Amino acid sequence: MAADGTEPKVETSPKVSDEVRCTTCYMCACRCGINVHLREDADGKMKVRYIEGNRRHPVNKGVLCAKGSAGIMQHYSPARLRKPLKRVGERGAGEFQEIEWDEALQIATGWLEAVRQDDPKKLAFFTGRDQSQSFTSWWAQQYGTPNYAAHGGFCSVNMAAGGIYTLGGAFWEFGSPDWDRTKLFMVFGVAEDHDSNPIKAGIGKLKTAGGRVIGVNPVRTGYNAVADEWVGITPGTDGLFILAMVHELLRSGHVDIEYLSRWTNAGYLVERSPGERFGLFTRDKDDKPLVWDLNTGEAVPFDTPGTKPALKGEFPSVEGGRCVPVFELMARKYLEPEYAPEAVAEKCGISAATIKRLAAEIADIAFNQAFEIPCEWTDFRGEKHLSFKGRPVSFHAMRGISAHSNGFQTCRALHILQLLLGAVETPGSFRFKPPYPKPVEAHPAPHANSVPGSPLNGPHLGFPRSPDDLAIEDDGTAKRIDKAFTWENPLSSHGMMHMVISNAYAGDPYPIDVLFMYMANMSWNSSMNTKGVIEMLTAKRDDGEYVIPKIIYSDAYSSEMVAYSDLILPDTTYLERHDCISLLDRPIGEIDAACDAIRWPVVEPDRDVRGFQSALLDLGARLSLPGFVNDDGSAKYADYADYMVNHQRRPGVGPLAGWRGNGGGEGRGEPNPDQLQRYIENGGFWECHIPDKARFMKPFNMEYQDWAVERGFFDKPFPYVFQLYAEPLRKFQMAAEGYGDKLPPEHLRDRLQMAMDPLPVWWEPFEGMQVDNSEFPYHAITQRPAAMYHAWGSQNAWLRQIHGENPLYVPGPIMEAHGLEDGGWARVSSHHGSIVVPIRRMEAVNCKTMWSWNAIGKREGAWALGDGAPETTRGFLLNHLIHELLPPKGDGLRWSNSDPVTGQAAWYDLRVKIEPAEEHEASEPRVSAQKSPVGQGPEDLAYGEEWK
Amino acid sequence: MTTLPDSTQKKLGLVIDLDICVGCHACAVNCKEWNTGGYGSALSDQDAYGAEATGTWLNRIHTYEVTPDHGPAQIIHFPKSCLHCEDAPCVTVCPTGASYKRAEDGIVLVNEDACMGCGLCAWACPYGARELDAKAGVMKKCTLCVDRIYNENLPEEDRVPACVRACPAGARHFGDLGDPDSEVNQIVADRGGFGLMVEQGTKPVNRYLPPRPRDAHESSPVDLVELAEPEAKGFLGWLDRALEKVG
Amino acid sequence: MHPAPSLIFFTVLSGLGLGLIISLGFGFGPQDQGFALVACFLALAITGGGGSLSVLHLANPKNAWRAFSQWRSSWLSREACLMVATMGLFALYAAIWVFSGYRLWGLGLLAATLALSTVYATAMIYAQIKAVPTWSFTPTPALFLTLSIVGGIITCRLLQGIFGDTGEAWHVLPAIAVAAGVSIWWTTQAAGAGRTATGSSIASATGLGRQGQVRLFEGPHTGRNYLLDEMAYRIGRKRAFELRRIGAYVGFLIPLALAVIALFTSSWLLLAVLVCHIAGVMALRWLFFAEAEHVQALYYGQE
Repeated sequence: MAADGTEPKVETSPKVSDEVRCTTCYMCACRCGINVHLREDADGKMKVRYIEGNRRHPVNKGVLCAKGSAGIMQHYSPARLRKPLKRVGERGAGEFQEIEWDEALQIATGWLEAVRQDDPKKLAFFTGRDQSQSFTSWWAQQYGTPNYAAHGGFCSVNMAAGGIYTLGGAFWEFGSPDWDRTKLFMVFGVAEDHDSNPIKAGIGKLKTAGGRVIGVNPVRTGYNAVADEWVGITPGTDGLFILAMVHELLRSGHVDIEYLSRWTNAGYLVERSPGERFGLFTRDKDDKPLVWDLNTGEAVPFDTPGTKPALKGEFPSVEGGRCVPVFELMARKYLEPEYAPEAVAEKCGISAATIKRLAAEIADIAFNQAFEIPCEWTDFRGEKHLSFKGRPVSFHAMRGISAHSNGFQTCRALHILQLLLGAVETPGSFRFKPPYPKPVEAHPAPHANSVPGSPLNGPHLGFPRSPDDLAIEDDGTAKRIDKAFTWENPLSSHGMMHMVISNAYAGDPYPIDVLFMYMANMSWNSSMNTKGVIEMLTAKRDDGEYVIPKIIYSDAYSSEMVAYSDLILPDTTYLERHDCISLLDRPIGEIDAACDAIRWPVVEPDRDVRGFQSALLDLGARLSLPGFVNDDGSAKYADYADYMVNHQRRPGVGPLAGWRGNGGGEGRGEPNPDQLQRYIENGGFWECHIPDKARFMKPFNMEYQDWAVERGFFDKPFPYVFQLYAEPLRKFQMAAEGYGDKLPPEHLRDRLQMAMDPLPVWWEPFEGMQVDNSEFPYHAITQRPAAMYHAWGSQNAWLRQIHGENPLYVPGPIMEAHGLEDGGWARVSSHHGSIVVPIRRMEAVNCKTMWSWNAIGKREGAWALGDGAPETTRGFLLNHLIHELLPPKGDGLRWSNSDPVTGQAAWYDLRVKIEPAEEHEASEPRVSAQKSPVGQGPEDLAYGEEWK
Repeated sequence: MTTLPDSTQKKLGLVIDLDICVGCHACAVNCKEWNTGGYGSALSDQDAYGAEATGTWLNRIHTYEVTPDHGPAQIIHFPKSCLHCEDAPCVTVCPTGASYKRAEDGIVLVNEDACMGCGLCAWACPYGARELDAKAGVMKKCTLCVDRIYNENLPEEDRVPACVRACPAGARHFGDLGDPDSEVNQIVADRGGFGLMVEQGTKPVNRYLPPRPRDAHESSPVDLVELAEPEAKGFLGWLDRALEKVG
Repeated sequence: MHPAPSLIFFTVLSGLGLGLIISLGFGFGPQDQGFALVACFLALAITGGGGSLSVLHLANPKNAWRAFSQWRSSWLSREACLMVATMGLFALYAAIWVFSGYRLWGLGLLAATLALSTVYATAMIYAQIKAVPTWSFTPTPALFLTLSIVGGIITCRLLQGIFGDTGEAWHVLPAIAVAAGVSIWWTTQAAGAGRTATGSSIASATGLGRQGQVRLFEGPHTGRNYLLDEMAYRIGRKRAFELRRIGAYVGFLIPLALAVIALFTSSWLLLAVLVCHIAGVMALRWLFFAEAEHVQALYYGQE
């Protein structure tokens, strides 16, 4: 109180802002809606006063995470690039000259034009955390290079491919637990960086309502910290654990027979007569898979109304052989004693009793707490149903199970578990967000045929149905620089960005001329074997030219990768740019609504920078790429905003679905010049609710199918059933058995035979199989701190106070076994390299697993950080220990450290040893400092003082 | 004068659910973001991009490892900000009258115009809820977003502290803990909410909801095998009967 | 707690000045106007000079004047008010003494009482803080008062000697001994008054004790912060032991020995006694802060 005994008067209704502009966050892959409060400062300049979550937005419904809340610091970061840069020093030194945009684009055009006319595949165009892949891929396709992908191959392609081949949709953010109805949620592995706010909100909601969360992760942080039960599994054994639960459910009959027989291929008849059709579905003349109808006693197409498919037994196949339903094959396989809890317990580090209890608990909730939502709907067979049957159990997984060399099949195993419970697309279970689910058949197959001066023959990435879709030459060599879609990794649906630099360096399958990348920190945390990659980027040929001759890079910030590039196209911050979060890309929708959204410049850049997509459109026009120029050769699109509104991928279908045509079009309609304004007025997003009858069972529900067609997700209804048995995989397995015209090389056949099993299998992670486990007895992995996203957070003055360094957390028993000291230092070595890092003790972790936070360590001089920044001294990357190849195993070959199905980088397979180390001044290895093209950040900040 | 009011009309405060706090730091960062441009001086940062970065925060998230007698160790995230104590020792020690507790709603505030930056209030607080801003030289603390909760320039639904508005998990509740019928008091009663370091005699207003029992297996449902007729008669035999039921 | 030099110098010096005021106010020292001029000037200068050092501790000194407003509730405010009142009253007492030669004993007593109250208020700033049991569970007021009074006695006797009083200075010996005794008493009490002395623990601080054994896994930020710098100051056991030994020797044992020698030699030696004693008290005051344990460090895993 004041001296006179009265309280001071507090202004309780101060002005907040002059204007609120709604756009989309970009601090991670979550893509939340944000309200950006702008307020004029003393100089009359609009500055960001406050960023909050948009309550009306479907993704975050008003909440916002730490990263989003630190958006001000990201936007005003001193690490922002200011102008195009041309390298003047040696690669890696960080010496640049600022140039004008016109010069920069001319240089790029010169390089790219020459390559395009000569041999377009000599351009490798890879984007990192790109949220405009439908656009960047289209650019690459029109350019004609087969070498395009984003960073999914490094990230979580196993989840994407496993999901699409099984369910027609993946975890990621393509679907979500039905948070309002689910009662048990089981989450596997690190999953904190996709769909993160919805998952946090969902867990909060579920637990508050009395539901249970079970976390399966070697490390008990993040979601696992709030889990009611923690299963501290040994890394890489999730598949085995899941299949043991499948064993238990099958053994005890806790499977949803009705669901399986109607909505999965459990009843499909599989040829069992030896020969070239063994293991394939038997089909009618229209190529429809057949089931054995118990009512009529004959084989009928699976979609015949009124069928009651046999799930066991042996029946004649169309081709005159014998066939057996998928379900019987599956049940026999998983009922084998090798999948019994007792058989897997030791490997998984989970007791048999726990596995049984968890299976029982899941079954109990799934079946004893089942419920129905009365609602009349019609399935694709034309059968009417009076209700949707609920299954209140849901699952989620991301890179935790993905980044292993057995991740694809583990992901498939998890989906099989869900399907056995009838827990996909049913109320209370895991449900998809439009435009998903879409079966493999609705996705393209990969294309890789390049012709000088011409577009590619089709989209780069897709889902191969058979060896015919592989991107290989007749002699078996890879068509793509990353060797995606080859026998080594046939289903590499997201490409393999992590192999681009090492393959280009080795000239295998061929050398390239230009490496063009966007938002991919390949010389640092986005590569395995960071030091090796740095050497490859700086290696020179005998003639003094770099082995990778030209590197163009676009980033908004002075990242580590900037220093290794020759030409920098400075991007804007997320508040200064146009973007579309498009239904042609990854969905932001809800399980009950289709949604898309935009970013728009809520503040104008104060630097000479351009949104990368606009720069790419300009390049496309300068190169006269088809679709980028008008007939008279002039640029077709002024900038990315123009493209977002006016581009049509198919007639009436463009990047944005909302307010098409005269403004009433949902999903379909002519371009509407007012479209962006309508988005802005609506808070930056468009949301279209699914009618009640169409909300569940989307793949089978004709109400949904028709609704989806009306909105342009498909051009005709695309009903399908879930694939317990993945026939495309069998086709690769058959090639390995010597059937067909395209045959894998001899040395890969055994591995393909094992890996391409049409029913999920588990194998020991490769690194663990190949290194001496007595020498490298431990696992080392990373987790994602919720307050820091990849490299891009370290420049953030607020977030870096929270995570400015990262110790290695070591389980108590390992500390004791090796005489390690809490707060001391240790040397950690793998077969490939060693690091010296600060360590801390932890108990809530699998006793064979040490871990650290991901991507905190930084190179000196990067990100405008000052000298001695803790990120450079007490931060480190585990990446130095991981090689893109496995250690030699004496067969004269170096096998890739990746999943043999998808090529997913297997960075969680890492095996290590640990020993005490002297206290170090800085963690090792140290990479020499790069010169900062943007200087260092200011000493002190007092953001907001301008309004006092 | 820095005497405490005999009673306050309301006891506004926070209820923090340790059972669902995932430790994402959203509340702390959003708090910093709102308040650096809000009440009083900015929340400054020193050596912001350098070796010794530090700054003023009104809310900080600690993480504890808790090892129970039985079962695996647990990780508990623990957000901490001013608890707006009824017997706030930080108020009575203030020599300038800058610190005070509002009679109207119980919010403990610092009148920065009167603060001389002696730091004594921060010493008096057992919880570490007050931080002296190195640039402005005045004491900063949680204001319960006094410039939001009554702010007529904000939509009514947004008149809650920034941390509550931001929290993705819904682990933070705001309300009148003095009103026995309030929603927050209901939650506290249902969940056995507790105050921190009550032995310090500060009578904190904020409440923490304890984590629900973890890794407790007693409540396991029926054993699958007992239900498992197939075990006895073979899985495929069971399948026949199951299929019959499907009809 | 962070041992801020401004606070160490402020508390020790103002304590010394106020101690001299106490001695002079109680009528010690010769009637001599020359003595009066020097002694009273010194008393006011040390008190005022020491007092003004406290301003260095303020982050926002322009509001320091407001510290006089909250005497009804705040010990720091009381200290400020009392110090100014003491100095004012003592200045009046001194002026009358210096200019007229009269020592108004009533005024002197009042000034001395105010000075005692000021030292008590200073002590209570620390002793009131329940969150720091090292200060609140220990005889902190007795410590501050004793050291202040004893410092005053030594200074007064030194000045007395300088002004030709060759009488025995034996009373300095028990004074130093008492100061040493109270210091030892306080230290033994403080040794048992760590941050858990009030029953607080990481379990009660987090409320998680019911779940199991609690330990800090990760602090809120990886870097330092104000709370850690200010309230979680850590001092090595060895360093504390060394400093305590220095404090004991320099603050009490050597002064005691020198004071004995002074009895037989020159009272100028009392200057060395004083300098040593003050240096020792400074070292101990440094420890008074550095070793004080704040309960809030429990949140940072310090037990």
